[in-house]
Amino acid sequence: MVNKATKMKSITANLSQPSGNFTKAVAAVVWKDLRAEFRSRELFSAMLVFSLLIILIFNFALELDIKTRQSVTAGVLWATFAFAGTLGLNRSMAIEKDSGCLDGLLLAPVDRSAIYFGKVISNLAFMLIVEIIVLPIYSVLYNVNLFQPGLLLVILLGSIGYVAVGTLLAAMSVQTRTRDILLPILLFPVVIPVLLAAVKASSGFLTGADVADILPPINLLIAYDIIFIAVAFMVFDNVVEE
Amino acid sequence: MQPKPVALKVLDIISIILLGVATYLALVFAPTELVMGDVQRVFYFHIGTAWTALLGFILAAVFSMIYLITKDLKWDRRQVAAIEVSLVFFLITIALGSIWARPVWNTWWTWDPRLTTAAITELIYVAYFMLRQGIDDPDRRARFGAVYALIGGLSAPITFFAIRLFRTIHPVVISGSNPEGQGSFSMTPDMRVAFFFALFTFTVIFIDLFWNRILLGSLQDQVEQLKLKVTM
Repeated sequence: MVNKATKMKSITANLSQPSGNFTKAVAAVVWKDLRAEFRSRELFSAMLVFSLLIILIFNFALELDIKTRQSVTAGVLWATFAFAGTLGLNRSMAIEKDSGCLDGLLLAPVDRSAIYFGKVISNLAFMLIVEIIVLPIYSVLYNVNLFQPGLLLVILLGSIGYVAVGTLLAAMSVQTRTRDILLPILLFPVVIPVLLAAVKASSGFLTGADVADILPPINLLIAYDIIFIAVAFMVFDNVVEE
Repeated sequence: MQPKPVALKVLDIISIILLGVATYLALVFAPTELVMGDVQRVFYFHIGTAWTALLGFILAAVFSMIYLITKDLKWDRRQVAAIEVSLVFFLITIALGSIWARPVWNTWWTWDPRLTTAAITELIYVAYFMLRQGIDDPDRRARFGAVYALIGGLSAPITFFAIRLFRTIHPVVISGSNPEGQGSFSMTPDMRVAFFFALFTFTVIFIDLFWNRILLGSLQDQVEQLKLKVTM
């Protein structure tokens, strides 16, 4: 009952206040994260170095010669992003929990989904920055041109889906006993559609496939993004409730 | 502690009898398939367990939605029961399928949409139990479990359609056919009897196990509460 009452209150509060309030709250969370990260740089540097190490490992594991490079580049990139992504998601939520910042955010008189969207946007920003640095390095190391508008679109769509689910699950996993090891176990089986569609679309763009072949996975990515952002938006209250 | 309801005891016995009859129908009564031979008999239990497991996963997603709305722990117990029984049934489905695939497809496993989705679904619900294990507070455990069951229940069918973008070799025996399927066949009337009886049997067994598991869940909750009382 209490929960319902607070929910009603937040809904009426939202109705009575200008809608700019919600965007302001989201922007405040994003700004806080970006500023903290700009000062410490611990999350970003860890993700970046980790990504480079994964690419290095793939180099030895797969013998990335010119022939295999064509077929596995998309897979290597997405595996790298997925692993580096969990590192970032875990850390970004663990910081909130350990410093007691999450409690502070929950006390603030804003809709809880504003916190969710704020975290999603800042996590997405970290992930995109890492990806934008990894792409040219990969291009130089393996002599593949990765700067194609289509590929960049796929990376954006895939990262949105990954982060939308990842932020929700990270908010749960930091509140459990096994926190750090739990996130990839929860996240990977659920984001397989994203990885699958993203790899297929990316390799389509890299090999210059027909648009008709690339369109289905891109549609799938868009559908996944919309469905899971909507679901996460609806259930996020349940994840942070004390 | 309340005693086990009589209806459930009766259902226990009926399930055992039905399982015996279904085994007889599948192994003796149904005719041997012409091309594949006796290994085709796996099919009756394969579909029976698969159907009930999927039913359980869908039920679990529905229960988790109801729990998130009502916040009544009763629905949490039902959700756990459905997922736990389905997880075991689905594992049986995969094992039986592998036994069948070895002679027919000439491999234990292939990365076909259904097989891959089945494996991923199993992993999702194993992760579900790992998540629950890491949380002590019953309310939080129920909330997180419901959220994850909902996300997993949505993601599994999307995975299936995503992999469907590629080709499939899994045969479709009932309704419609897959021209590229390897190992399909059409059922004779006697096979149909065995098949529908197996479906019915496993549905009854599922209900029986599900019911037992719910009772066990409420007993577990009582034990937890008693332990709390003792420590306080």
